[in-house]
Amino acid sequence: MNYRVESGLYALGRPDHRSPVLVTANYKMSFDRLREALPGRNLWILVLDTKGINVWCAAGKGTFGTAELVHRIESNGLVRIVSHRELILPQLAGPGVAAHEVKKLSGFKVIYGPIRSTDLPRFLDSRLKTTPEMRLKTFPILERIALIPIELVGAFKGGLAVISIFFVLSYLGNVGEGSASALNHGLFSALSILMAIVAGGILAPVLLPWLPGRAFSIKGLTTGFIAFSFIMAFRLNGLTTGAGRLEMVAWFLLILPISAFLAMNFTGASTYTSLSGVKKEMRWAVPFQISAGMLGFLLWLGAQFIL
Amino acid sequence: MMGQFMYLKDVTTLSLNQERCVGCGMCLQVCPHAVFSLTNGTAEIVNRDACMECGACSRNCPVEALIVQSGVGCAAAVINSLIGRKKESCCYIEPSGGKGNPPECSAGPGRSSCC
Ligand code: SF4
Ligand code: SF4
Repeated sequence: MNYRVESGLYALGRPDHRSPVLVTANYKMSFDRLREALPGRNLWILVLDTKGINVWCAAGKGTFGTAELVHRIESNGLVRIVSHRELILPQLAGPGVAAHEVKKLSGFKVIYGPIRSTDLPRFLDSRLKTTPEMRLKTFPILERIALIPIELVGAFKGGLAVISIFFVLSYLGNVGEGSASALNHGLFSALSILMAIVAGGILAPVLLPWLPGRAFSIKGLTTGFIAFSFIMAFRLNGLTTGAGRLEMVAWFLLILPISAFLAMNFTGASTYTSLSGVKKEMRWAVPFQISAGMLGFLLWLGAQFIL
Repeated sequence: MMGQFMYLKDVTTLSLNQERCVGCGMCLQVCPHAVFSLTNGTAEIVNRDACMECGACSRNCPVEALIVQSGVGCAAAVINSLIGRKKESCCYIEPSGGKGNPPECSAGPGRSSCC
């Protein structure tokens, strides 16, 4: 799959020298969304070479930046194509582009348009006025859901490795009680780990605004607890023995930190977490996750091999 | 603001020098989290905890009245940079070597926000 479009100047409809110039990244989806948002309009689209990366990421990296923009203005001879000296940039290009420097270097005034391309028609029709909502980066549920699969791929890869280890250990620890018992513990481990992944990788992102706490790890603890309660319901009859009880304590100490860790990783997909905040959260969350997980694993081993 | 997500309190490195501010309003235009307001020709931080340290405001302030240590708030990137792994996963932070460069992140096509 090719996610890039050629950089350069594109005409949408039949633009002339007075038509507005919109600037975007050469990530195919950025370009397509822009075009689709503006049916029946006549305007220019200046596509920067951002190495096929979307506006927000490219601005953070600096590839959607002042130098690239000034270069494209010159290499496409924009001064000869339009008579005005204004460019409309997506607001999310802000981290990469310094408007005052663009003005100094190229003579073009940068106007930051709305965050979402769907707001563009309203923006253009209101003589380039934005409303406060147009300027606010939201993180609605559909956007969060769309990001879940990308985060989950890694979690499932790790999860599969962990599940196989638990399977082998379940077999070794319970084979004395027959292979049915070994399989039972192995399958229960698999279910528990899958539930932990569902809790941290799916439930936490979906329920994000409704979960208590600001730190993502705390949100993940809540969904981890939900997952644990679910698992527990499967094993109520197993709680009669010491080993059964120990196993459940072990899973409590395993599911919650796994879920918290995965929820914490969703900070990267979110659109409002600061680096300082993430570092602060990680300073206490990661040691907690590791120690709880280790303790849980040891207790689980104890339940399989000793009791 | 209604429905706005907030991350941790009192963490952002954002600072505004109001004496320098010329009231151009660029920071209000670029900030994706409505951190600023403009009163009597001077910018003001009204929503400090909403700042995600994207750096758009400081980049676009013509008089350097705004300073923020910009970066990507992504736990995976922090982990990868700690263990010295680069580029292999979605994102990583380039050791900025004191130059204060924004963290680098390699981006996959599905990434819509951080990386
Ligand atoms: S760094 Fe970004 S989020 Fe923070 S105040 Fe500046 S523009 Fe707003
Ligand atoms: S961009 Fe700088 S000068 Fe302009 S209003 Fe904001 S702080 Fe003031």
